[in-house]
Amino acid sequence: MSRRVLVTGASGMLGGAVATALRDRGDDVRAFQRRPAGLPGVRDVQGSLADADDVRRAADGVDAIVHLAAKVSFAGPEEEFRAVNVGGTRHVLDALRAHGGGRLVNISSPSVAHLGTSIVGLDATPADPERARGSYARTKAAAELEAMAADGTDDLLVTSLRPHIVWGPGDTQLVGRIVDRGRRGTLPILDDGMALIDTTYVDNAASAIVAGLDAIEDVHGESFVITNGEPRTVRDVLGGFCEAAGVPRPTRRIPGSLARLAGRVVEKVWEIRPGEDEPPMTEFLAEQMSTAHWFDQRRTRERLRWTPAVSFDEGLERLSRWFAEHPVVGSA
Amino acid sequence: MSIERPRGSRAVAAPELPGVDPRAHRLVEARDHSGELRSWHLLDSAPLLAERGVTPRGTLLAVHGNPTYSFLYRSLIREDIPWRVIAVDQLEMGYSERTGQARGLQDRITDLSLLTDALGVRGPVVTVGHDWGGIVSVGWALDNRHDVIGMILTNTGIHQELGESLPKALQLATAPAMLPLSTSVTDAFLRTTIALSRPALPQEVQEAYLAPYRGRSRRLGIEQFVADIPASANHPSRATLERLAGGITGMDVPTLMAWGPRDVTFSDRYLRDLIERVPHADVHRFEGASHLVWEDADVAGLVATWLHDTFGDAEHPRDAAGAGEALRPVSSFAEQAPEIHLGEAITRRAQDPATADQPAVVELGARPGESRRISWSLLSERTEDLAAGMRAHGIMPGDRVSVLVTPGADLTAVLYACLRLGAVAVIADAGLGTDGLTRAVIGSHPDWIIGIEKALVGARALGWPGRRISVPQLPTVDRAALDVETSVAELAEEGRQMRALGAGIDAPWPDQDADAAVLFTSGSTGPAKGAVLTHRQMGAMFAAVGDTLDLEADRGLVAGFAPFALLGPALGAPSVVPDMDITRPGDLTAPALAAAVEALGVPAVFTAPAALRNIIDTADQLDETGRAALARVPSFFSAGAPIPAPLLRELRGVMPGARALTPYGMTECLAVAAIDLEGIEAAGDGPGVCVGTAVPRTEIAIAVMDGEGATTGEITTDPDRTGEILVRAPHVRDRYLMLWGTTARASRFEGWHATGDVGHLDPAGRLWVEGRTAHVLATAQGLVTPVRVESAAESVPTVRRAGAAAVGPRGTQQVVVILETQDGYRPGKARTPHPAETALQEAVRQAVAQATGIEVAAVFTTASLPTDIRHNSKIDRAALSAWSEATLQGRKAPAL
Repeated sequence: MSRRVLVTGASGMLGGAVATALRDRGDDVRAFQRRPAGLPGVRDVQGSLADADDVRRAADGVDAIVHLAAKVSFAGPEEEFRAVNVGGTRHVLDALRAHGGGRLVNISSPSVAHLGTSIVGLDATPADPERARGSYARTKAAAELEAMAADGTDDLLVTSLRPHIVWGPGDTQLVGRIVDRGRRGTLPILDDGMALIDTTYVDNAASAIVAGLDAIEDVHGESFVITNGEPRTVRDVLGGFCEAAGVPRPTRRIPGSLARLAGRVVEKVWEIRPGEDEPPMTEFLAEQMSTAHWFDQRRTRERLRWTPAVSFDEGLERLSRWFAEHPVVGSA
Repeated sequence: MSIERPRGSRAVAAPELPGVDPRAHRLVEARDHSGELRSWHLLDSAPLLAERGVTPRGTLLAVHGNPTYSFLYRSLIREDIPWRVIAVDQLEMGYSERTGQARGLQDRITDLSLLTDALGVRGPVVTVGHDWGGIVSVGWALDNRHDVIGMILTNTGIHQELGESLPKALQLATAPAMLPLSTSVTDAFLRTTIALSRPALPQEVQEAYLAPYRGRSRRLGIEQFVADIPASANHPSRATLERLAGGITGMDVPTLMAWGPRDVTFSDRYLRDLIERVPHADVHRFEGASHLVWEDADVAGLVATWLHDTFGDAEHPRDAAGAGEALRPVSSFAEQAPEIHLGEAITRRAQDPATADQPAVVELGARPGESRRISWSLLSERTEDLAAGMRAHGIMPGDRVSVLVTPGADLTAVLYACLRLGAVAVIADAGLGTDGLTRAVIGSHPDWIIGIEKALVGARALGWPGRRISVPQLPTVDRAALDVETSVAELAEEGRQMRALGAGIDAPWPDQDADAAVLFTSGSTGPAKGAVLTHRQMGAMFAAVGDTLDLEADRGLVAGFAPFALLGPALGAPSVVPDMDITRPGDLTAPALAAAVEALGVPAVFTAPAALRNIIDTADQLDETGRAALARVPSFFSAGAPIPAPLLRELRGVMPGARALTPYGMTECLAVAAIDLEGIEAAGDGPGVCVGTAVPRTEIAIAVMDGEGATTGEITTDPDRTGEILVRAPHVRDRYLMLWGTTARASRFEGWHATGDVGHLDPAGRLWVEGRTAHVLATAQGLVTPVRVESAAESVPTVRRAGAAAVGPRGTQQVVVILETQDGYRPGKARTPHPAETALQEAVRQAVAQATGIEVAAVFTTASLPTDIRHNSKIDRAALSAWSEATLQGRKAPAL
């Protein structure tokens, strides 16, 4: 049975992949964002997440929403994050309610439960808006709690999926920045880069979201972390991305404690003087890059009846092919 | 006492305490022995049981000592204990009332009985006691005998021999001048007590112990409690204590004693005393745990198992009579060996004129004149003499005799005299090291130590218990210095004279089911454990080894490895001990071995695995006669660890005619399986070490494991299913010494000994050992043993040796491989592993995924892998895991 699905944030790499996957299997897909996503076969609805009316109009007549749009950043004033991440989610819920209910796959982040210490083989733990690290994580935690609280009310079925470190071809956010820094020789390895981290190849994240949408009758009310289930050391992850882009593996090492300290200073400065680019290092980023965070995927796979189809190594090969077709231009 | 007593204060509601469900707190009023209404604080699990809908099997009445309170017993409130737990704070203690009155022992017992009356507690009750609360709990048990179905005693003491002084720590605290200062004016006694725990208690737990005792007036109970210790004969509580000490001997209910031996107050001496009073008690010593054993060890877990095995639950109650069945010895389920008593062969050979003068034991020296040769008739005489002398000296059947004698004729005589007499020989390997040996000797509560001089010096210096007997007769000065009573030589002489007068031992050899010996495990898998073997089990063990080797008694054997010097006399086979330092079996040379073979003709040869290399390396020193002698050897057996095929092949050059067998076994069951070189070659390569098929009368099965590596209860003999190796044989140990919980765990599959090893059977019925169960990797893709990952990684050409470890929670673990490479291998000191080059990583990942279906998360290289000290060839997997856990969390780890 084909569904009518609204995907918010479809102009991003993951949103685009989800919209495409839904379209390919015959769903009637709409994409909602400020600029047109330009995905063939997907109807663009432009608007702002901060505008409740825009969201309600976009959601008119849909059965389900996959809500990906968020302010993703490592720095900036918390109010901005709150407006987009918490306010936007509230608008999405309201829009479904206005149309008599429906299904919501709320895309969250493992950082909503990451309190700065290592995560070693844990399943999804409760979102903690008080203690999560950084504005992004705190506001996403609040948004997740609000979305989950709405589950079962007003004919709403809600599940939250937390894909961890999504990467893939065409990713300008994570892979783009890492490769760019690697090319300039400014990509640091914190400590020895030995911390084990889970990542998610974009197609796997997309298939998990589709699986979540399909399984929502069973799994509503539950939150899941989504990963490849193949943790690698930070240095292998960063090195793998660089190598795929034809850039030397990073060799610059700095102590993690120093990076965290630097990050704290930079964050303070950045709040006052926001720049064009992200700050080079934030405390949150330093923690992410020097402490282990990998997850127990048994419940996720069992409940969503899903397994990742693309292995980490296969993902790197695809990334490498993509870079071969899209050579990096710029100063070396 | 001159201190002005403050006015009493009622029991108060306890604050929130770590690990205590607030719903378990309860305040109750009851009259005390003087008729006053007093308020008590206690923990009561009744509301929690009701909430879970559990009908309690009975009540655990837990009484704390000084200066703790009911908080000590918080761990008893857990789901697998379907019992109502009532843990009281005694009056003047914890959060119960401060009455301002001093309470004697009998007062406290009466107070408790009045409280339990008020609570309506009636049978079945199991009392639980710790420290001086143990005595109060025994008093309650005697006064409420009809309700009591069991007792649990932990680090306590029931009786103070009049002549014996108090432990030093208490002497100081109870000195009248010191008492108030250490106990109530300051909180020194309290702080000292909680500081005893090893490892140190978490801060919040320490705080919880201190919390009810803030301020001198709240600590007066501590002072009074110490003052009530009846150290002297005229102490007011002395009569009560003596009544209890006598009364407990009549308590025939199931009893569990759980002990932390690192207790300066209630040491092993008190445990020993309690065991003498309650000989049927199940005992578990938690090696390394201190006075606060409830904090240092999983006593509650032990109690849960014990309660379940002993009493069942409310739906399926078990009575005391059925409880013994739960731990029926594994050996009784097996096909029995022909019954022999251990001295039968010695007697037979000694009485047969054809063999009486033939050698039973030959100790070869460096020169012909230095050899000792003991005939069967002499061995028989000497055994009877020594047994008679020992008995006359006061060594009783059932006494434990720690035997610290180097192998040879003396050891053989001492051991067979012990067996003859019915004394239980405790044998610990010097390889345990001084600390390990000390723990083993002390932990076995020996009544006697028979030792060579070096061992007696150690016994003296390290304070080992037991009355001391030397092997040779010592000069008077040394005798006094070492506190030695007599010597083996004198005992044998005395016994000889007594027998001449017709006063030898007239009792028959001990019952087949009496304890014969305690053999300590190697200690490579945790603290050394004493495995107790009965006469029947020991006879079966000798029979199993003899049958495995097709040992022909008349040909005899060369005992190049100490334990086998005992085998010959039991089988009636002459034994030759080669010229060697018997404490260093690895130093045996080929010429020394050849000389030993020559002395017997065509004997079977037993050596330690460590000796093989040296024998091969010294083969070029053999002369013509020596080479010819070794060429005649019909069979060769190396015990202790499996021998790799290449080494066996090399050995064939030295002993071309011998069938070389290498065994699999453990202290708890010395022979399980064996395989010869042809067998190893036929089995080929595979996951793990092929150790062959079961020896006679022995069965092997596999306990299936779940995704987290825990056994499911299913037992299989299907091929190619990996799980915990189970063994059934008539020579499996009876039990572990004073390790009730360990015995229960190792016997949890009825009729099988769970070895803690992991492996599988192949279609030909051969057993393959794949390591220890604790090292099984429980990944999200399934279980895998480290050896499977390692052998896959080692298939990569540049890899020299691989070690596998896992990080993360069981069931979702990630696999880490650490490599020695052909080029990078550097034996020597610890280094920090480095991430492997990308190409090598990929090769290892692929090889492992192909062979096992398991994904490898990280690959490292290092100069040399850490090895287990006790087994030079085994990789120290625990060290690999610890390093990986830290490193892969981004923490610094010490070099490997």
